[in-house]
Amino acid sequence: MSKTLAFEEPIVKLREKINELEEYTAVNDVDLSSEIVNLKNRLAKLETDIYESMEPWDRVQVARHPERPTTMDYINRLFEDFIEFHGDRNFGDDEAIIGGIASFEETPITIIGHQRGKDTKENVKRNFGMPHPEGYRKALRLMKQAEKFNRPIICFIDTKGAYPGKAAEERGQSEAIARNLVEMAGLKVPVISIVIGEGGSGGALALGVANHIHMLENSTYSVISPEGAASILWKDPSLAKQAAEAMKITAPDLKEMNIIDEIIPEVLGGAHRDANKQSLEIRSTLRSSLQTLCKLTSDELIDNRYTKFRNIGVFSE
Amino acid sequence: MSIKELFKKKPKVDQHTMPSAKSKADVPEGIMTKCPECKHVILTKDLLKNDKVCPSCQHHYKMTAQERIDHLFDDNSFESMDDHLKTENPLDFPSYTEKVEADAKATGLNEAVLTGVGKIQGSQVAVAVMDAHFRMGSMGSVVGEKITRAVEKATELGIPMMIFSASGGARMQEGVISLMQMAKVSVALERHANKGLLYISIMTYPTTGGVSASFASVGDINLAEPKALIGFAGRRVIEQTVREKLPEDFQTAEFLLNHGQLDAVVHRNEMPEVMSKILKLHAQKGAVLV
Repeated sequence: MSKTLAFEEPIVKLREKINELEEYTAVNDVDLSSEIVNLKNRLAKLETDIYESMEPWDRVQVARHPERPTTMDYINRLFEDFIEFHGDRNFGDDEAIIGGIASFEETPITIIGHQRGKDTKENVKRNFGMPHPEGYRKALRLMKQAEKFNRPIICFIDTKGAYPGKAAEERGQSEAIARNLVEMAGLKVPVISIVIGEGGSGGALALGVANHIHMLENSTYSVISPEGAASILWKDPSLAKQAAEAMKITAPDLKEMNIIDEIIPEVLGGAHRDANKQSLEIRSTLRSSLQTLCKLTSDELIDNRYTKFRNIGVFSE
Repeated sequence: MSIKELFKKKPKVDQHTMPSAKSKADVPEGIMTKCPECKHVILTKDLLKNDKVCPSCQHHYKMTAQERIDHLFDDNSFESMDDHLKTENPLDFPSYTEKVEADAKATGLNEAVLTGVGKIQGSQVAVAVMDAHFRMGSMGSVVGEKITRAVEKATELGIPMMIFSASGGARMQEGVISLMQMAKVSVALERHANKGLLYISIMTYPTTGGVSASFASVGDINLAEPKALIGFAGRRVIEQTVREKLPEDFQTAEFLLNHGQLDAVVHRNEMPEVMSKILKLHAQKGAVLV
């Protein structure tokens, strides 16, 4: 049983009640089947009601669910012949970002993504999916490699942000992110970025200067975490729920602001309920994205990226 | 008034005279200015004559964007661009518009950056000068748009681009749109670079967050003013994350220089000369020796 989120509690309670009744009828000689059917109908309705009217803060909880599928989960389900490549050739190998080559429905592609862990041990190894500069430099190395061999690039975004640490600053966290933004702008191959969990600020954007940007329905993409926003704007991190609404960080918000291309629907209750089913949704979006972008020439791809980011901004003349 | 009310305890009224916001400001006010670093007191007009650098400890005072232009550019050569762009309130943040308007009034700028084209000792260059007196120099849509247009202008004219950064980072009130300005300026810089044109980034106090993590760090030449605060994450955030004491000079220009992140730290008094030299050395491409 996966971790219950606060907004899901009514569903869990009702489900427990049904289970109780079922157990009761199994041992006692009473027929409660019509009641059970009634309750099951109510449960289905309740689930739809709750999951279809999720508040931004609810989505934040789903995006942060410890069992939410990670980059590796999707790589295993979407691609064949994946080979992981390591290292930035300068300093080290940052396990908070993984990358490599594989094939997607017969097309060779390069995959790069933030990689969280699902338990404490793995999270320590992966630094909770918060990269150091060498992670971004590895990503850039693999992108340049993809460009050389004319492979499309697929990025999975899933990070709270680039790691804020002493060593990261010493080795140029700012420069590593900044360099990726500029270099991605000029890539001659299709770039598709998919936000699968949290898209935290510059650390997310460093894998996000893409031709197409898609977001899973319950993922977020923001300049700062709701907690951070609340403490900067209202000096009170406990107002994170309000900040999550005010900052407009959900997939529907970003779609409305014309920043992303498509919202990839999630399985009811969130991607962690069924990673296989979720992968099918991603697969179909990825396929149509690639079909569209592979028709473009290098110059068209670069122009397309230019126009896409050039037009973001709200102001008056 | 009833008799009873006369004997009621009255709230204490604070009678202290508070220093006005003006006297607390770090921009030189009045005849004398006291250095916030070494407490050296100097005639304000002498401070201005010395490019707002303390003659005693070399502390570089913050400059307004206009002061920066006056300091570097040939007289009457600078023409500003896009002063008409106006900030909107895309996320409907309460009092955001009022704050921007108040800063516009106080600084005489439409937003936290002044852009245009001018000449430094005869060399033509496009420039964006950020002004930390305007919303901490934070980057919203207008800042991103103005810098992007300046870069595009430089590309169109085939001239070098200079950006003087002075920014706390992203503009929180514009949310993810603010984040995307990092990418917007970057795609424009990539085009400029692709034409073989020169981009000089000059980091001044402070260059942090999203500005540091985008255009400020990717100059062909990265320069900084002495002691300028430059970094990705805030010092306090890092201290909380790593739970260790950070060195005194952490995230200063000198720290970055020592860690290979900068080409040079340039004293403000020498900036016009250094700029002019760099621009002249790039005016001509290829070798002419036979």
